[in-house]
Amino acid sequence: MVSDTPSTTLFVLLLPFIAALIAPALTRRLGHNAAWVLALVPVTIFWHFATFLPEISRGEVVTGGFQWIPAFQVNFSWFIDGLSLTFALLISGIGVLIVLYSGGYLKGHAHLGRFFSFILMFMGSMLGLVASDSFLMFFVFWELTSITSFLLIGFDHKREASRRAALQALVVTGGGGLFLLAGLLMIWNITGISELSLLLLSGSPLADSPFYIAVFVLVLGGAFTKSAQFPLHFWLPNAMEAPTPVSAYLHSATMVKAGVYLLMRLNPVLGDTVAWETVLPIFGGTTLIVGTLLAIRQTDLKLMLAYTTVSSLGLLVMLTGFGTEKAIAAAVLYLVAHSMFKGALFMVAGCIDHEAGTRDVTKLGGLMAAMPITFAAALASAVSMAGLPPFFGFLAKEEIYYGLWGVDAWPLLLTLVAIVGNGLMFVIGFAVALKPFFGQKKPELSHAHEGPVLLWLGPAVLALASLFTALFSGVSHEFISIPMASAVQGEPVSVYISLIPHIGMPLLLSGVTVAFGIVAYLNVDRLRAVMARLLVAIGWGPDRGFDQFIRGLVLASFSITKVAQPGRMEIYMRVTFILVIIAILAPMIFFGELPALPTWPSDPPFYELAVYELAIMAIAAVGLVAVIYANNRLTAIVSLGIQGFAVALLFMLFGAPDLSFTQFMVETLSVVILALAMTRLKLTPADHRPVGRRYLDMTIACFGAGAFMLMLLKVTQQPFDLTLSEFFTTYSLSVAYGANIVNVILVDFRGTDTWGEIGVVMVAGLAILSLIRINKRRAAYIAANDPYQEERE
Amino acid sequence: MRTLIFRTVAPYLSSLMVLFSIFVLLRGHNEPGGGFIGGLIAASAFAIYGVACGVSPVRRALHYHPMGISGAGLLMASIAGLVSIFAGVPFMTGLWFYVPAFGTELKLSTVLLFDIGVYLVVVGSITSIALALEERTED
Repeated sequence: MVSDTPSTTLFVLLLPFIAALIAPALTRRLGHNAAWVLALVPVTIFWHFATFLPEISRGEVVTGGFQWIPAFQVNFSWFIDGLSLTFALLISGIGVLIVLYSGGYLKGHAHLGRFFSFILMFMGSMLGLVASDSFLMFFVFWELTSITSFLLIGFDHKREASRRAALQALVVTGGGGLFLLAGLLMIWNITGISELSLLLLSGSPLADSPFYIAVFVLVLGGAFTKSAQFPLHFWLPNAMEAPTPVSAYLHSATMVKAGVYLLMRLNPVLGDTVAWETVLPIFGGTTLIVGTLLAIRQTDLKLMLAYTTVSSLGLLVMLTGFGTEKAIAAAVLYLVAHSMFKGALFMVAGCIDHEAGTRDVTKLGGLMAAMPITFAAALASAVSMAGLPPFFGFLAKEEIYYGLWGVDAWPLLLTLVAIVGNGLMFVIGFAVALKPFFGQKKPELSHAHEGPVLLWLGPAVLALASLFTALFSGVSHEFISIPMASAVQGEPVSVYISLIPHIGMPLLLSGVTVAFGIVAYLNVDRLRAVMARLLVAIGWGPDRGFDQFIRGLVLASFSITKVAQPGRMEIYMRVTFILVIIAILAPMIFFGELPALPTWPSDPPFYELAVYELAIMAIAAVGLVAVIYANNRLTAIVSLGIQGFAVALLFMLFGAPDLSFTQFMVETLSVVILALAMTRLKLTPADHRPVGRRYLDMTIACFGAGAFMLMLLKVTQQPFDLTLSEFFTTYSLSVAYGANIVNVILVDFRGTDTWGEIGVVMVAGLAILSLIRINKRRAAYIAANDPYQEERE
Repeated sequence: MRTLIFRTVAPYLSSLMVLFSIFVLLRGHNEPGGGFIGGLIAASAFAIYGVACGVSPVRRALHYHPMGISGAGLLMASIAGLVSIFAGVPFMTGLWFYVPAFGTELKLSTVLLFDIGVYLVVVGSITSIALALEERTED
């Protein structure tokens, strides 16, 4: 293991967040050209991680970190091996292009600075996720990607569709995150290890554990939601509501691959079991087919690409689950290839949208002459996506067939699935890359022309990268594919495929795929019509299911609230008091803890009471009687004050001046405030409760009084523990320089408590203030805009 | 409640109460008193003034919104706690300074600052509730 200079890596991990802080100010100063400056951040990150390449390619790993919560062995630590490094390079490398592209795409947008902020934070979260070693850090960054992607998807927050998509993504991926948290905690519990690097070295205690299935399901819950596996795929196409740079970034390098990253990361410890090798290919394969079929249905360029991302993720999960060395190598190659071509194609779609004003493939055509660079990039990426030479996608596809092919039923089935999926992706790739550029130029597109350099730079660079990684496959394998595949497999793996393919069956299968793809491409309109009819016939999908789920949740909450919070003060009060009485009396009665009752009249000896003490008690009693017989509320409030003052006097007499002082003021103020509040209500002069209700309330009151009396008696009969009193008496003056123990405790010994309490006082004040301020007009407005009112009625 | 006697007495009564509340606040470390009770006294003073003479004179006299005073108090208390971190001792540790002034020695401390913070939070919050209740905006 190589340990790096911790402060540099930490700085690099924090850099995107720092940049996110200054991005808005910078954008205000420089406009969209701030992209050039901000792109330096991912460049720095890329450079930093690239320096690890030689070590990683030698099979070493880089670790480092700090103690975070030493008492729980929780560290802030990172661990970079082939898998992490490939991801980190993709995130930062594509990040450079995305930042630049954002500058071009959102040029002149009012909230460009905010956008840069969000996307840099997102970059930082994703980077932290792949670099994390400790479980807790991993989870924190995992959820951060959900939150930042929520901000990005909902960037155009004035559109309802955006908000819905953002919320949906957050609910699905955030909910999956909770599964993951539970899974990680279980792994932690079973193995006692809280770091991924140590877990990978620990052998297979997890696979042998009786809790393996639980861990497996929980981890899949996290991975499948994040990587949009069927039937949880619906949030991903909806996330297309985000601005195109976000889509390009989310789909090519980051968020949606986090789930695949997790599966690949845990493959050495969780994989190689029957459950793993069955469930993953089934879900992955289904996702692959469903994704491509849904993609065929779409006419929007971005949606077509989005659904193929779903299917690509399915393919990756399927390959990871298949689990052989060759399949893992194929998954690695495909992941890298996908990042390059999908990123480029999304940016192309954005360019077209930006220049032509529409993304609908049926409305586009003939842009080739106007946008030659974009067209070249699109074509190159589509060729890579279709798996044709001389691009990196070709290597990936050959390796997939090489890895999957076998004569048993299971490999045959998966190979078939891969052929269908790849063939349909071939169709989509070319549909995106060819349809907008060839054919008759529509008159409304006459103003379309090549975008500025910021727009076409990204796709062009990615297309070239796709080409050069394939041409110099020896180098790319040495530094990227082999270390990554070895990390996923947990043992050294060799990848040697180049533009010279695996002659034999894989090449033949490629031929079949291409033939199938061409036939399907020529019939794409017919296919689309069939799919459209089919979807209409089904009429329901997980997307609608999500809405129904949320709606059901809200309705369920309403019906529970209706029972638990009926909105009648009397009922609340009655229930509260009854519960309090039960809570006090039940333990006393059932555990025989009733206090010894004083015997009257000798204990306590009444005749020993001083006259003024009796007088105060009499005042309290008078106050009480006055409350009961008060004929309007104001009188009752003031009479209750009498009783409170009497109690305050008692405190004074028995040596608690501070308490009594406070009690006086609280009584005064509560009388004043209650009187003020009551004058706003209708002061009905008389009690309108029916007689039976009155007796019920009286019984409750009597029981309450009795219960409190018993409790106070019991408390005073306990032996009094003087430890704290002695401590405070001893140290109050010498440590805190104050003679008034009460105040010293409040502001010094337990100052942090008081600090919290005044915070509560202030928040309570704000809350009351806002309650008072709700006037009738506002209340009517709120009632009129209640979205669920009709359903409740 | 706006009787002539009450209205005449209220300003004097309120000013005395505010003065008294500051006295109670400052003596709190050694004698019965302190920020909380001082704050309650001052809040009652404003409430009484408001009941007697109406809300707007109180608001004018306070100059700042009571909630703003409350927020300033919370900030003050937080600063009193944070100062100790910069002095290299745990959060909320009291620091004492002895300043010679007026021929005697003034004992200043972050604890006092904290107590003043408590005072302001209580004054602000309770006063704003009382004043809002007195205002009766909606009718």
